[in-house]
Amino acid sequence: MGRVLTNQGGGRRWWISVGLLGLLFVLLALVVPLAVVVQRSLDAGFDNFADALASASFIRSLGNTAVLAVGVTLCSAVIGYPYAYAMARSGRVVSRILLTALMLSFWTSLLVRSYAWQVILNDTGLVNEALQFLGVIDEPLQLIRTPAATLIGMTHILVPFTILAIFAQLRGISPDLAIAARGLGATRTRAFWSVTFPLSLPGLAAGSLLVFVLTLGYYVTPQLLGGAGNPVIGQSIVEQTNALLNTGVGSAMAVILLLIVVVILGVAARFLGLGRVLGLATERSDR
Amino acid sequence: MSPTATDRAPGAALDVRSITKRYGDTPAVDAVSLDIRAGEFVTLLGASGSGKTTLLRIIAGFADADEGSLLVDGQELRSVPVHRRDIGMVFQNYALFPHLNVEQNVAYPLRMRGMRGPERRRRVAEALEAVHLPTFGRRRITELSGGQQQRVALARAIVSRPRLLLMDEPLGALDRNLRDALQLEISRLSRELGLTVVNVTHDQEEALTMSDRIALLDRGRLVQFATPDDLYHRPVDDTAAAFVGESNLFRGSVRDDGTLDGADGVVFSPPSLVDGSAVGSGRVAVMVRPSLVRITAVGSAPEAHSRVDGRVSGIVYAGDSRKIIVTTASGTELIAREDAARPLDVSVEQPVTLHWDARSSIVTRLAAGSAGATAPAPETRRTARA
Repeated sequence: MGRVLTNQGGGRRWWISVGLLGLLFVLLALVVPLAVVVQRSLDAGFDNFADALASASFIRSLGNTAVLAVGVTLCSAVIGYPYAYAMARSGRVVSRILLTALMLSFWTSLLVRSYAWQVILNDTGLVNEALQFLGVIDEPLQLIRTPAATLIGMTHILVPFTILAIFAQLRGISPDLAIAARGLGATRTRAFWSVTFPLSLPGLAAGSLLVFVLTLGYYVTPQLLGGAGNPVIGQSIVEQTNALLNTGVGSAMAVILLLIVVVILGVAARFLGLGRVLGLATERSDR
Repeated sequence: MSPTATDRAPGAALDVRSITKRYGDTPAVDAVSLDIRAGEFVTLLGASGSGKTTLLRIIAGFADADEGSLLVDGQELRSVPVHRRDIGMVFQNYALFPHLNVEQNVAYPLRMRGMRGPERRRRVAEALEAVHLPTFGRRRITELSGGQQQRVALARAIVSRPRLLLMDEPLGALDRNLRDALQLEISRLSRELGLTVVNVTHDQEEALTMSDRIALLDRGRLVQFATPDDLYHRPVDDTAAAFVGESNLFRGSVRDDGTLDGADGVVFSPPSLVDGSAVGSGRVAVMVRPSLVRITAVGSAPEAHSRVDGRVSGIVYAGDSRKIIVTTASGTELIAREDAARPLDVSVEQPVTLHWDARSSIVTRLAAGSAGATAPAPETRRTARA
């Protein structure tokens, strides 16, 4: 590329200066608060970490969080894959409708969606009222403040990430490949499992990883739907910081959560490729 | 692939009987019948929208016809689902599976047919050998060139020894040299294996090179189903004449003095159509190949020759030959093609007479609904490749 022809030098300098603004923002908004948290977690040497790890309730919340994250990831994959497939392979109208429904849900505040689930799952909520009206049950079922409620709400909130990641991957796979498979002796079902599905795995992996990692840090939805009975890490941190005023231990817990996320992303980057982990899958898989 | 020559399953005969497929009210394929013999290489040739791809999709089973039947060795195929039709297929852009290596791609049809173990490995190796890629088994698809991918696609299509090999524009994405080489190779392979092949292309040169017979399709209708030689020398109507090969085409009706009405005063003599029947008084098309047209000063053409006057409007060199483009009084461009090695004796803007031996004229009927039925202007058709 000729420098003279494209004036690339000037263009690049301009982009770099704009990029620097972004960098400055990231430094101020992310790195500085993070540094404060790390510094606080270390204000008593490693004692805060020792206290955090010695706390039975924190360890229990770690377990709760892991179980929740696995559950949300699996539910999102099971619900999200067919949705993404329908979106990628159906006609324009159906595809638009599916995408619009998805984006409406995606753009609705997470707080609103959590409260909506509360309204649905309450003792006097839609589900219980309906079941009682139909005479299926006499007493309201305990739906709210259960791990199941958190699982449902979290899946609803995070499934768009899985769907969009799988959708992007499926869109890059030529439908001709599955047609070719049928022309070579595969049934529709086998064509899907032997060609389309393996080719879509990077999207499924990227979406699942994203959902898993995002779940680890959620606080509002587990608090509103799951109650205090089965706290997740976020709830433990808030309890330490706001209720017990133990900012040091709370910060240590936050740092532990951060380290867990970093390790997961590191391992995933190692095995899946960093680009895919970040959802930047640029290599088209059909050519 | 000689080890398999003895135990191969020979290709099947395919009888296409008045297959019709409509999209809305317009027939995409209009009552097309083809009797394809076992081991025959047939090309469906036509422009886009001619119905050739739709017909191939119906034979493959990706679409169902509205009417008609498809008989493979006498058995109705229309009710058989795609995966049990026992076809091999080469797709446009190959459609190789990127997550499988070469070997796994070629093994795919065998895997789907439940074949495993050493027999499968042997068949895959044979197929790769047949396409001259015996050492490529472990390569990834992305490491192959276009021509190699095409060969892998071919190996994958023949590995299950299908009764029918279907090819959808198999060479469309390749550059010319590679295409020429692969044309010959596909012909060789299909004959060696005794495969019945139905090939689809819009490239008449490819069709003429590879096929035993060509089915020329136009707007869903079968125009002509004939050998390359017949299609070139004995087109059934002006559509066939215009589509196959480079041609100068005049449409009009014959006057008593033997000239063609409404076509720049073309003088022509043959009293019979290409199929031997009398010309009569109906409208006809007169076609002459540019290589048979000679060029001379006005008024000096031999008396017995067919002729038309015009003015040289262009001289184009095309490899070993040279095209002289002549525009007639009505603005029609005609072509005379001559050996480029001969000295050039005309110049641009020079008035000339094009003439040709009357026996070089091919006189055909006009196709129903062809452009010539309404517009009597002569027409020159040049092929995409000079």
